[in-house]
Amino acid sequence: MPSAELVQELDQEIVGLDQLEIPRRERRPWTGRVWDAAWPKLAAVLLVLLGWQLVVWSGWKPTYVLPPPSEVLGTLFDEVGTVSFWKAVGITMRRAAIGFAAAVVVGTVVGLAVAQSSILRRAAGSLITGLQSMPSIVWFPFAILLFQISEAAIFFVVVLGAAPAVANGLISGIDHIEPILLRAGKMLGAKGPTAWRHVVLPAALPGYLAGLKQGWAFAWRSLMAGELLVIIAAQPSIGVRLTFARELADAARLQAMMIVVLVIGIIIDGLFFGTIERTVRRNRGLLLP
Amino acid sequence: MTMSPLIQDRAAVATAVSVRNVSKTYSDGKSLIQALDDVSLDIAEGEVVCLLGASGCGKSTLLSLISGMYSTTQGTIDVGGRTIGLVFQEPALFPWLTVARNVDTAMRFRKLPKERRRERVGELLELVHLAEFADERPHQLSGGMRQRAAIARALAQDAEIMLMDEPFGALDAMTRGILHDEIERIWRESNLTVLFVTHDVREAVRLGDRVVLLSSRPGRVIETYQVDLERPRSLESAAVGDLAAEITARLRGEVRRHAVR
Repeated sequence: MPSAELVQELDQEIVGLDQLEIPRRERRPWTGRVWDAAWPKLAAVLLVLLGWQLVVWSGWKPTYVLPPPSEVLGTLFDEVGTVSFWKAVGITMRRAAIGFAAAVVVGTVVGLAVAQSSILRRAAGSLITGLQSMPSIVWFPFAILLFQISEAAIFFVVVLGAAPAVANGLISGIDHIEPILLRAGKMLGAKGPTAWRHVVLPAALPGYLAGLKQGWAFAWRSLMAGELLVIIAAQPSIGVRLTFARELADAARLQAMMIVVLVIGIIIDGLFFGTIERTVRRNRGLLLP
Repeated sequence: MTMSPLIQDRAAVATAVSVRNVSKTYSDGKSLIQALDDVSLDIAEGEVVCLLGASGCGKSTLLSLISGMYSTTQGTIDVGGRTIGLVFQEPALFPWLTVARNVDTAMRFRKLPKERRRERVGELLELVHLAEFADERPHQLSGGMRQRAAIARALAQDAEIMLMDEPFGALDAMTRGILHDEIERIWRESNLTVLFVTHDVREAVRLGDRVVLLSSRPGRVIETYQVDLERPRSLESAAVGDLAAEITARLRGEVRRHAVR
């Protein structure tokens, strides 16, 4: 056996080397980090508002068609104070949640089936990509024929719009797993369902999340198109309010509702999916600090 | 204090790995490639054998065959039912798990009781000096630390045979030197039988009880060197250097043989 001093020296060398290799990190106060993240976004919003105001000042269109930002924002604040506005947001978000959830289930099942069967992949792979590139509004005439003017027609198109993106995300996530990870899993005794649960699916997660995020964008677009085409009087959604504003030539309300659509999109995409995606990527060292 | 070789009396111990007349031919889709040709090799229990050869000698193929990942074209491989751990050139840690969870993987797959798993993970992390980093993610570690974590993960299979495929190939010289001392200690403490693949001659002489030289295309055993130098050896010592020079000359001759086009 080696002498005690030698063993101790080796221990010290290893610990020393590790300490040298690990970068020292100091956490900045959260206020500084929040400010760093927030100011470019604030500046961008201010720039857009400024550009908008300049266009209004130029007199390119009369203000009853293109009202200044101050008027639109004023209308928006009035809207936000009403019960009917929140009811509309509630109806739209309920549809978004149900439609997107159904799309995730369908997309995940199809994606899993295609990823593990080469025959299915040859049969359905390009079909899925084709479906994904098809503008969802094209489906509406067919959907209305099938389901009349009903929520079912909207859900049908939302699922068709979003599910292919979810399926494709999962498939490409599985395709891009480093082979060495699968080998390591096999070597450690992962077989069948264990391998899928503990190696394949976690390894495919970044691709799957990207697919979910893209699927959400498609679902939201399809939903908005659907709410403008499939007007159900008893269900005053955001789309219905947008349509009424147009029919009443209420430009400020129309733009206020457009801002609402934009903000909801940003919140779900950036705050919800963005945060999950960043957390996953950071945990795996795929994100620069 | 004198140091003995890991194995003192070879005749007294059982054979852990027996490779008998093994050939391996595989297809890359267009043509057939003969990776190994009639390779025979015995590794005694507790012995460290370093497998050395130039590119294309089928070193990694032989490891894959012994690990059971692929089957032989001809010949037999017998490990007597011993469990085998494999360490790759890349650490291949699961990036979504902490270091401790990575080490835990094999035991989790085997559904061992939680309490025992936690205990064993703690021991193994202690063994590779990573206890402090148990809750870090692999990407937060340096290359050498990741490779040690991978070694701990392979040891968690309670492997009796450890196959190592150029595990230190991607590390800097300083880290590598320290890890040589470290891995030697781990082998001794865990009483492992080791087949260590490398293309670094000094590394082979530094670590091996025996160095087996393979020819290239196809891989054949052309020479076996008994390394009877006392441990611990130093990569820089003259004795290691002398034997390494002798082996290198033989290896170069083998490479020259392929100069004919």
